[in-house]
Amino acid sequence: MHNLTIAELVTGLQSKEFSSVELTQHFLARIARLDANYNAVITVTADQALKAAAAADKRLAAGNAPALCGVPILHKDIFCTNGVRTSCGSKMLDNFIPPYNATVVENFEKAGAVVLGKTNMDEFAMGSSNETSFYGPVKNPWASDSVPGGSSGGSAAAVAARLAPGATATDTGGSIRQPAALCGITGLKPTYGRVSRWGMIAFASSLDQGGPMARTAEDCAILLNCMASYDDKDSTCIDREVPDYSATLGDSIKGLKIGVPKEYFSEGLDADTEKAVRVALAEYEAQGAELIEISLPNTGLSVPAYYVIAPAEASTNLTRFDGVRYGYRCEDPKDLNDLYTRTRAEGFGDEVKHRILIGTYCLSAGYYDAYYGKAQQVRQLIQQDFEKAFEQVDVIMGPTTPSPAFKFGSKGDDPVAMYLEDIYTVATNLAGLPGMSVPCGMVEEKPVGLQIIGNYFDEARMLNIAHQYQQATQWHSLTPEGVA
Amino acid sequence: MSIERQEIEKLATLSRIAISEDTITEVSQRLSSVLELVDQLQAVNTDGVEAMSHPMKATQRLREDEVSEINQRDAFLAIAPDTEEGLFLVPKVIE
Repeated sequence: MHNLTIAELVTGLQSKEFSSVELTQHFLARIARLDANYNAVITVTADQALKAAAAADKRLAAGNAPALCGVPILHKDIFCTNGVRTSCGSKMLDNFIPPYNATVVENFEKAGAVVLGKTNMDEFAMGSSNETSFYGPVKNPWASDSVPGGSSGGSAAAVAARLAPGATATDTGGSIRQPAALCGITGLKPTYGRVSRWGMIAFASSLDQGGPMARTAEDCAILLNCMASYDDKDSTCIDREVPDYSATLGDSIKGLKIGVPKEYFSEGLDADTEKAVRVALAEYEAQGAELIEISLPNTGLSVPAYYVIAPAEASTNLTRFDGVRYGYRCEDPKDLNDLYTRTRAEGFGDEVKHRILIGTYCLSAGYYDAYYGKAQQVRQLIQQDFEKAFEQVDVIMGPTTPSPAFKFGSKGDDPVAMYLEDIYTVATNLAGLPGMSVPCGMVEEKPVGLQIIGNYFDEARMLNIAHQYQQATQWHSLTPEGVA
Repeated sequence: MSIERQEIEKLATLSRIAISEDTITEVSQRLSSVLELVDQLQAVNTDGVEAMSHPMKATQRLREDEVSEINQRDAFLAIAPDTEEGLFLVPKVIE
């Protein structure tokens, strides 16, 4: 059952081939048996899941079941879940049990999905390797000595290892697409404002966006149908109709204009990764698409701009963790200042602390204009690059990451080496554009991802384009050893 | 660009994060290497470029000024580290 896609599971449940309770038991047993190898799941909610599955089976029997009724999924541990610990991968929230659901969690509940548990992640979503999690790193199902990517590494590894058919994730600078690429699955970061951020623990509010992870584009479409919604409670959510993302998957892509940015194929890109991506582009040509070389001249500035804006916003957002209202509090504070400074020193890990300090520096008196102001101007230039490109092409394609999954500890000492892992992904966050990653090859027995960047609110077309590729290729259905 | 010890201490105070003496050199090195990266921005000509605030130039919505939240005081107090008589408890602030 774990090798079936979400689309197949929905059909199987509705035609009573198996029940949601059977399915849920099957995935819970897999998590119990296999997750020691991956460390992808922080909290398993077995009792609630079985109860929800039993309720789903009743609705299925009554014949009025909603879209995802009885389908098991996992939530990234950044989405608040009523009554279930939501840690954000941090010691700071190790004891935090939210009294409410995130809108995304609420949407899946309404659609009848069964939540198996919460997935591991880099602390407060700050990382590209899952090495910053308080709960220990997640291991890549394709190579246990290598990272799964981050920050949604737990969700990506869980889907790759068939511990769940799909999972929620979030992307601030590449945190859906990069782990999707390194774990050989499909992941979509929607347009900024498409998915509600309410109840999703904030990292960098102008960049954060939730999105789905699954093995296929078809499944991502099913999940996005449920995830995307307008929400009054998120003031940056855009009020715009949610199309049926499944309806257009079968459309022809003949005549599609694909922009290939030369900056995404320059120095730093691993030669075999490039080869895999070029082969994927040739497959699109074979399907009748046209490749057009384009330029995104400010690409090189996206990582520097990101590492001003994201830490600046994080330093502001993370002031709320003060040991007073919820979360970790240090022992025996001698006064209020001691309570704040020790709670934060002990509750946050190193990477989070460093980013708060950087952000504080960039926002402090005398530096604001030179750093944050400047970065927001550069962000405008990066957006203009994309605007110009989309006058000429329908979508943009390139590699998701410069190379396949790297080994644990290999980028530990130099933060900048780790930050450059996001070189092809951060620009879309800065511009607020949707991006996705689709498996497109294997290098040294590790997966490679093809990145598809679309225009604003063009998720339906991107999913269609990815689906057409997956109809003609098999990369998305490869299974890591020890998983089957 | 390197960052001095004094500056780290000031940032630690502003951020309310205690930094121990034995990690200050390491913190300073890491921060310096990130600042070196972001200093690439200084060379860019941004004259006349508007700072971006929202990718789709969306502005904040207005709504009726009415109560939209239900009272969840007990639920919020239940997850606090320390409370007394319906209040969050912190160390004594006024002698």
